[in-house]
Amino acid sequence: MSSTAEIVAQCQALYEDLDFTAARAWKAAKPGRKVVGFLPVYVPLEIIHAAGCLPLGIFGGGDSLEVIHGDAYYQSYICRIPRSTIELGVTKRLDFVDGMLFPFVCDVIRNLSGIWKMMFPNVWTKFFDTPQNFDATIGGSYYMKELDELREGLEKLVGHKVTDDDLRRSITLYNENRRLVREVYAFRAAKPWQAPTSEVYLLMRAGLMMDVAEHNQMLKDYMAAADKEDRPKRDNVRVAIYGSFCEQPPLNLIKSIEMAGCYVVEDDYALINRFLMSDVPTEGNPIEGLAMTYIKASVETSCKYVPKEEDKGMYHVQRVRETGAEGVIYATPSFCDPALLDRPMICHRLTEANIPYIAFKYAENSGQMQPIREQAGTFADSIKLWS
Amino acid sequence: MSDVVKEKSMLMQKEMIARNYEAITSKHETGRKVSSTFVPGNLNELLMCFGIVNNLPEINAIQSGMRKVSGNYIQEAEKRGHSEDVCTYVKADIGQMSRGNIAPNGKPFPDPDVLLLSYTGCYTFMKWFELLREEYKCPTLMLHVPYQGDGHSTKTMRDYIVKQLKEVVIPGLEQVSGVKFDIDKLREFLRNSAKAEDDLVWCLEQGKIKPSPIDAYFGGVYYIGPIFTAFRGTTDAIEYYKALKAEVAERIRLKQGPTTPDGTPFNDQKYRLVVEGPPNWTNFREFWKMFYDEGAVVVASSYTKVGGLYDQGFRHDAENPLESLADYCLGCYTNLNLPSRVDLLTKYVEEYEADGLLTNSIKSCNSFSAGQLMMMKEVERRTGKPGAFVESDLVDPRYFSAANIKNRLESYFQMIEQKRRGSGKAA
Amino acid sequence: MRCFIGIDLGSTTTKAVVMDENLQVLGRGITNSRSNYDTAAAVSKQEALIDTRLTLFRRGLDGIPSLAGQVDGIIADLERNFRHVQFVEQLDDLQQTCIGNIKGPRYVGREKAVVEALEEIFRRLQESSGALFVAGAKRKSDFFRDLAGADFMQVGETVARDAGLPFDLILNVYDKSIIEVENRPPAGDMEGKFLRALEKGAGGQGRAEMIIKPVQAALAIPLDETYVVGTGYGRVRLPFPKEHIRSEILCHGLGAHMMFPETRTILDIGGQDTKGIQVDGAGIVENFQMNDRCAAGCGRYLGYIADEMNMGLHELGPLAMKSTKAVRINSTCTVFAGAELRDRLALGEKREDILAGLHRSIILRAMSILSRAGGVKDQFTFTGGVAKNEAAVRELRKLIQENYGDRTINISPDSIYTGALGGATFAVRAVVN
Repeated sequence: MSSTAEIVAQCQALYEDLDFTAARAWKAAKPGRKVVGFLPVYVPLEIIHAAGCLPLGIFGGGDSLEVIHGDAYYQSYICRIPRSTIELGVTKRLDFVDGMLFPFVCDVIRNLSGIWKMMFPNVWTKFFDTPQNFDATIGGSYYMKELDELREGLEKLVGHKVTDDDLRRSITLYNENRRLVREVYAFRAAKPWQAPTSEVYLLMRAGLMMDVAEHNQMLKDYMAAADKEDRPKRDNVRVAIYGSFCEQPPLNLIKSIEMAGCYVVEDDYALINRFLMSDVPTEGNPIEGLAMTYIKASVETSCKYVPKEEDKGMYHVQRVRETGAEGVIYATPSFCDPALLDRPMICHRLTEANIPYIAFKYAENSGQMQPIREQAGTFADSIKLWS
Repeated sequence: MSDVVKEKSMLMQKEMIARNYEAITSKHETGRKVSSTFVPGNLNELLMCFGIVNNLPEINAIQSGMRKVSGNYIQEAEKRGHSEDVCTYVKADIGQMSRGNIAPNGKPFPDPDVLLLSYTGCYTFMKWFELLREEYKCPTLMLHVPYQGDGHSTKTMRDYIVKQLKEVVIPGLEQVSGVKFDIDKLREFLRNSAKAEDDLVWCLEQGKIKPSPIDAYFGGVYYIGPIFTAFRGTTDAIEYYKALKAEVAERIRLKQGPTTPDGTPFNDQKYRLVVEGPPNWTNFREFWKMFYDEGAVVVASSYTKVGGLYDQGFRHDAENPLESLADYCLGCYTNLNLPSRVDLLTKYVEEYEADGLLTNSIKSCNSFSAGQLMMMKEVERRTGKPGAFVESDLVDPRYFSAANIKNRLESYFQMIEQKRRGSGKAA
Repeated sequence: MRCFIGIDLGSTTTKAVVMDENLQVLGRGITNSRSNYDTAAAVSKQEALIDTRLTLFRRGLDGIPSLAGQVDGIIADLERNFRHVQFVEQLDDLQQTCIGNIKGPRYVGREKAVVEALEEIFRRLQESSGALFVAGAKRKSDFFRDLAGADFMQVGETVARDAGLPFDLILNVYDKSIIEVENRPPAGDMEGKFLRALEKGAGGQGRAEMIIKPVQAALAIPLDETYVVGTGYGRVRLPFPKEHIRSEILCHGLGAHMMFPETRTILDIGGQDTKGIQVDGAGIVENFQMNDRCAAGCGRYLGYIADEMNMGLHELGPLAMKSTKAVRINSTCTVFAGAELRDRLALGEKREDILAGLHRSIILRAMSILSRAGGVKDQFTFTGGVAKNEAAVRELRKLIQENYGDRTINISPDSIYTGALGGATFAVRAVVN
């Protein structure tokens, strides 16, 4: 059985590989296989999987990609992820990707879908809109039709039907994935010294670049290995990180926060595998199941409208309570409209709930960690002092 | 600078706006209900059915920008924790609220009775009204308008909007106003809308004439005013567009260009441009002057389409009232995908015989700005006409660099001039 | 003869180029831009005209067989002596201005003593000025302010002490006056000054006889300012009619074309902005892009880094060249650069490796602007202050090769005059075509 170090090393290799060698190999292994890329925050991977495609998470270029052509498409006041994504495309690193899904996050990612259509006319490119009306008969029925359209698009791409049974099988696998992901998160919240976020993060990111069944096994292996290892517990404070759901911070930033004396016990990094908070029903109409789970049981995040004022930010407060976090680090990418426009409202709720917080901005290629370490360290110290 | 010289239609519009602000600020005396809503996809005819007065925070922000007070409001909002990175319309609005929320007529804005979140084409709208809702704690009606990701609207989208209108928006407005919805009233207002829209389209299309009797960007802001705001569906708007049409017709007869703020007709038109992106409001006249001083007239623009693409054939339709409101919301410029925007701009450059596409890239507005460089390249490629790119902001005076913009504009105009003279003779 | 002049008013220096009607460059001149653009334009133009005279002398002397091999020396002597004459003249001006500026309560009762002290200072400066212009003398600057200022401080302090006057009394007058003098273009009569320079023995050992005629003949050619074109960031402040002003984009494009006719793509990294320009076979601009409102990655960024590292600007490139392993620097934002730099130093990274990374990040930014302007076509010409930085050039070559393949890359030692050259060319075309 693998050790956590081995599993994490495997994940890190996947995470750092901007040529997507593993995904290329998956595609080459069988003729006719298709790869469908997706951006943050949420798309129903089940449908992609049911069509026999590999859903491939495209989360920007991280801090190792030099962006030349991507910058040519964006003004200085726009975040980094669309730049590096274009760079990946222009440098042919995504030339094996047959389809691209741009989910609703914000206007930048939305518009990127149009850029992609123009730049890569041979790639099946779709903007994937999720409803902002959460009434089952209004937003729900609309969403079912959207999901059907997605299914039809994929059928066209792969050249065969995607049956309800195909969908149910995929849903079952993803339900298991969600359960395992929740378990890892719960384990980390319980024993953060045994499952540092710098590891859990890689484990989750890697899962978005491989087949779900493989990832399920990996999650089990990691849990088993992490549980066995005895790592020293430190006098760290427990924090939740929010605002990082789209453009991801560099791994160094996560490490810096941990090194500054924080255990991250909750976060919204690469949120897609926790986006649906409950199992999707496998009985009945699978499309309806996916739609209604989104309507009834998806997380609160900045790219979703919160119908009731009193509910705004309450998800965050509740998760902080559940995971025993002592404070919140609201860390957002620079120029991230969703996270930054939400920030005052979420922070008001935190204040009302007496939850301390700090806020700062980053970019996926942030180089300077000293200010991060200082802020996180000071925050940790202040929590210790007052608790 | 001298006082702005105004034409008759401009004075008419000024009065209409003043009356609307009066209606808003006197709600406690009149007992009328007030809604806040957005320009793209606004449902003015529907609000009129309930006697609700329409207040548009975007327009308020523009007003504060033009009156040069937005800078203070923005800084006030930033002091209160709003990021320097985000939309300055939102921050101007919030800053204004925290400074007494005084309307342009000097009276305080009353709290809105309902926030009609017509969510079309701009992500920030959703957050903006979540922020206002936090402040006002008033009913908020979300109308989600799906984006035309694949370059067209679908029946699914239309049905979804109509269903929201029937089950969310109309019942919500009935409740707020205490007025029962009357679809025949709506039909009547929509008929008014269509009449005014016909005349607006006629005016915009006169940009094809040389010299152009209109400026479709700086002047265009005035032309679209009533249709885009609280007057679509009113007889006032019909009258306004009749007057505007007469003015444009008169200029055509005299072979005159549009009237500049200096009061002179702008006849010496050397360059014809299509402009993409909203204008800057804090230095509106200065910005405009940079164009007409150099002989550049704008013959078509995308900004005059944020409240609907009437020139592409859309009209409000009394026969299909709710469906036509849905189609209207779906068809606003910022709800189009980028390939559709490129198609439209290319068409404008060609049909209006423009020298090229100029983009004014607005820091606040990612719905417009993200992808504009790609769009410019594409339009250049398709038309063979050079593009240019300048940057500013909506209402943040800190982000307007006159020297920088002037430098680029001049370089651009001279490049056009040089290309015209042809190769071999570069002077 | 008809002279066509281009003046490029930049944010730090102002350049002028004089051309004849056959598009031959006759002279170049440069000066610091000062706060007074009018003067900067006048001074740079005058410098270019002086250089033009020297070119005409050379043409005259080149025809004399017995001077073969000696012309360079003769011209150099002539120029030195001319500079000396000009310097002395400006010293005179400074002296008169200083004396005129002795006013105010501080000087009451001491006017005579201050005048005498000033006269003594300037007598000594005049006396020692010759040494500044002897053959082979190294002058640390060619700008009058720098040359006169340093000596004034030295001599002034001694003289004031001997006269029992507080030095700041003298200094005060000087500070006021130097600005006035600097903002006053040197007086005309360039021909007279050249003749006086000639009398100083430009020829030496009896050669004077031989050269006086051709020099006088060259001096007799009238230099008509037939057409002047202004460009550069400060161009709107030039006292020119509008049709005499061209954008720096157009001038840069045409200037690069004149230097390297096969140029299709131009990159200019200046102090305040970066431009990518595409031109056609005739030097006509087809497309251009400049850095957006954010000036990250322009020449100024290097200046900021130099300050941050306590180094001279010209030392950055050579140090970066010593790097074997460039550190990745992700921010070209001047605001963040300092923080990132200190972070890297704290992590123990070597200065040369950090600098190599910084140079790369600037060039990456420039590559994006080029990409925005439509890529790098053959041939490619690099201009602006950063083109003199070997580390930047090395990265640029690498990245162009990686992204666009083989491209001929032109860098001219006179690249600083690119804009002015384009302006002069426009001036010729305005009249001749």
